[in-house]
Amino acid sequence: MENNNRKGWLYLLPAIAFLGLFMVYPLIDVFLYSFEEGYNFASQTYLGIGGYNYGYVLHDPYFLQALKNTFILVIITVPVSTGLALLISVGLSSIKKVRELYQTIFFLPYVTNTLAVGLVFMILFKQTPYTDGLANLILSWFNAGPVDFIDGPYWAKMFVLCLYTVWIVMPFKVLILTSALASVDEIYYNAAKVDGTSKFRIFTKITLPMISPTLFYLIITGFIGAFKAYSDAVALFGVDLNAAEMNTIVGYIYDMLYGNSGGYPSYASAAAIILFAIVLTITCINLLVSKKHVHY
Amino acid sequence: MEVTLQHLTKRFPASGKKGKDVIAVNDFNVVIPDGKLIGLLGPSGCGKSTALNLLSGLLKPTSGKIFFGDDDVTNLPAENRGVGLVFQNYALYPHLTVKQNITFPLENRKGKDKLTKQQMSDMALEAAKLVQLEGLMDRKPSELSGGQQQRVAIARALVKMPRILLLDEPLSNLDARLRLQTREELRRIQRETGITTIFVTHDQEEAMSISDLIIVMKDGIIHQIDLPQAVYDSPVDLFVAKFLGTPPINVFEGYVKGEKLYIGEEAVLDVPGVVDQPVTATIRPEGFVLAENGALTCNLNRVEVMGRDISVVSTHPLCENESIRSIISAENIAQITGDKVRFDLKEDKVFLFHKETEQRIEF
Repeated sequence: MENNNRKGWLYLLPAIAFLGLFMVYPLIDVFLYSFEEGYNFASQTYLGIGGYNYGYVLHDPYFLQALKNTFILVIITVPVSTGLALLISVGLSSIKKVRELYQTIFFLPYVTNTLAVGLVFMILFKQTPYTDGLANLILSWFNAGPVDFIDGPYWAKMFVLCLYTVWIVMPFKVLILTSALASVDEIYYNAAKVDGTSKFRIFTKITLPMISPTLFYLIITGFIGAFKAYSDAVALFGVDLNAAEMNTIVGYIYDMLYGNSGGYPSYASAAAIILFAIVLTITCINLLVSKKHVHY
Repeated sequence: MEVTLQHLTKRFPASGKKGKDVIAVNDFNVVIPDGKLIGLLGPSGCGKSTALNLLSGLLKPTSGKIFFGDDDVTNLPAENRGVGLVFQNYALYPHLTVKQNITFPLENRKGKDKLTKQQMSDMALEAAKLVQLEGLMDRKPSELSGGQQQRVAIARALVKMPRILLLDEPLSNLDARLRLQTREELRRIQRETGITTIFVTHDQEEAMSISDLIIVMKDGIIHQIDLPQAVYDSPVDLFVAKFLGTPPINVFEGYVKGEKLYIGEEAVLDVPGVVDQPVTATIRPEGFVLAENGALTCNLNRVEVMGRDISVVSTHPLCENESIRSIISAENIAQITGDKVRFDLKEDKVFLFHKETEQRIEF
């Protein structure tokens, strides 16, 4: 038994070593950094230990802007993308012909180069001396606009960012949900049909509970993914996100480390720990809520 | 509710290009009397479940009509037929409790049929009592035994007071002891509710023991509709004779000459009124009587003692079965000696069938 134990640990060693070195150690280090006041990057020294970094970050208007942006992004994109993905996958499951074709089309964004996607969004939304973009063309049919979606008002930029995020994360969700729907045994639908159940009730009372574990997985990963959003904003608005008022928390952390105003690992660490706390809290709330609604 | 099937046919298109269409249900013409328990019996893959699904409305017939009473329900979708269906693997909703499962069909009612929570609860309890489940209302299906799940499925089918109750292989997922017990239950529940019930089974014993009426089918064709004893005592064709009875019926190649049935050289039975022809002669295991100068001589293999009866296992060159099994009262065990055994035959346990058509030849 004792011998077996040692063998087991030996097998685990490579994984533990790598995880420890590249995950656990940096995590602890970040935690420590976040409490080191007046840290000097060049001399690797600090003045003292305390909560000043947190105070600074929480009062930094750029951080507050990033916090606000991130929250708006999360609150809008997670429900919208999950809901739309559910709608699309239910639609996909109910058709038989050309289903594979549609499935491929819906999965395209997932395999498309981010830069190409960025280009598409430019054509849709960017104003240039020659054109106002496709979106504005459509708006003009309704006698509205033009709106500058890339450098214009805050709501317009946020709209584009949310649209972009939803569009990017949707294919994966559609894929997962279609397979979850396909795994629900036909016999439950037959049983419900014989009992005179309406289509809507079949969906809410049978389909949804049956795929709830998958749905829950998508919501949790969706929340975490949206909280960590950064590259999408860069793809749309360039690297100076603070100036564009479109920064996210991760963007703020990056700027604090490497950006033009960078070189402050302590502030970055404090912001990272705050993000970690937020994600942890939201995930815990999710888990608690799911106990009631998820059926395994 | 009397159920009438008129020329009911279900044809499934061939799966491959070269395949043939499968006719799972071929021209069913049946009147199922009101308030009876009917067993739909046949080997696996003979179209029993298809027939059941046509009745439930989950499948649409290719042609023919279905009547419940005087209502033509042929084109009525499953949800409007008012049938209760118990699936082979029960199809209980795993995320709902027993009570929620049973009330599920009731919650579907709309408009003036809508029930209050209290009414639904009462009806569910009543159905649960009928299947003796009232103590388990808050359990999830996964916390129940197979037999209990089966009863939940029956309660769920019964709670909406269906016009007819359909059961697809209701006992096949239960162990032997539970099967015996549950089939008594089924019988009792059917008697108490008086609902016309049709159940599908491949187990002849199951069908024989509880049905009021048995429908024997094979390859989509109904072979015989009769009382259980009549199906056994007077099969209309060779398939029915072979399919029913354990141990199985013994099948011999024989011929009729001068109103006598011959098996090989031996004239074994008088068959008045039958013209001379080759026949398939079948003899039930209990149709053999040991006799010192019996008409049929067989090579004795062994004797199996089963307490009250003994089973004489022998062979005969003209017998289709690998070995002939004859059930004989244990009192006669002393008479069996040597390597030959001779039998006389009981007239009512011998059936003759036409060699080609396999139809019964009466005598």
